[in-house]
Amino acid sequence: MSARVAIVVFPGTNCELDVARAVTGLGGEPELVFHTETTLGNADAVVIPGGFAHGDYLRTGALARFSPVMTAVAAHAASGGPVVGICNGFQVLTEAALLPGALQKNAGLKFRCETVACRVESTRSVLTSRARPGSVLRLPINHFEGAYICDPGTLERLRAEDRIVLRYVENPNGSLDDIAGVTNAAGNVVGLMPHPERASDPLLGSADGVVLLESLLVAAGERAVAA
Amino acid sequence: MRYEARVEVSHLPGILDPQGATVERALPALGYENVSAVRIGKCIRLTVDAPDLEAARSQVEAMCEQLLANPVIEAYEIELTELVSAG
Repeated sequence: MSARVAIVVFPGTNCELDVARAVTGLGGEPELVFHTETTLGNADAVVIPGGFAHGDYLRTGALARFSPVMTAVAAHAASGGPVVGICNGFQVLTEAALLPGALQKNAGLKFRCETVACRVESTRSVLTSRARPGSVLRLPINHFEGAYICDPGTLERLRAEDRIVLRYVENPNGSLDDIAGVTNAAGNVVGLMPHPERASDPLLGSADGVVLLESLLVAAGERAVAA
Repeated sequence: MRYEARVEVSHLPGILDPQGATVERALPALGYENVSAVRIGKCIRLTVDAPDLEAARSQVEAMCEQLLANPVIEAYEIELTELVSAG
């Protein structure tokens, strides 16, 4: 049985089909779940894809957090289920307090749209379990509000608990400690600004995101077996 | 009673404010060499019906904590004004 991946769609989400295609290509079963839904069906894993959920009004992710589906996402996360937020999805997860910190406007007010080098710092997460520690992945970024920030105590904890999963090799946006992605204490909720689904085929310029999505599908598959 | 609330949302001290920094760099080009500490936030106005000023304040505070501000990076200040009805 292949892993079922719920892909949450808010008004303004625009990367759901890219994620679905990448998941299908790796043998997973994607299912789009609209934000008004109150359950995730039988999903083994959840992806909150990129875009501009609810127009990014007020703050990125601020309104999405109150969509009905987020209660189900939080319950899935609390029960140990894999949850990954990509770009705007990362912003949603921080607003929902499923991940610590926040994402604010890039340093220099620069919208960054390019492929950047990211180093795998920790494999203790559902998104990086199959990656080689220290390996460098070429992943596209596409954001205006991607500078990660948190208070000094949180940063200390993230470092001590090995929860910084990806760092930029060259910081593109002023992110604190070069952070590109973080995970929660249990390692089952991950947020990252780069787009692994846009690096899922050599035709796209890089297939370095495959190892991340494969890790997620492995975690989803384990969840399916356990269920 | 009806109150108008003016909520000012600003960056917490020590949090980078790239918009403020950019505007601060632009002002000297217009001849304003004496400007510093430019900070850019948001102003949210809303009207709330509540039994009294304190009830209105505690409601607006709750709105700030839950939605209007992100306490990880933002501070907020609330000003309340009682609206006098025309009748």
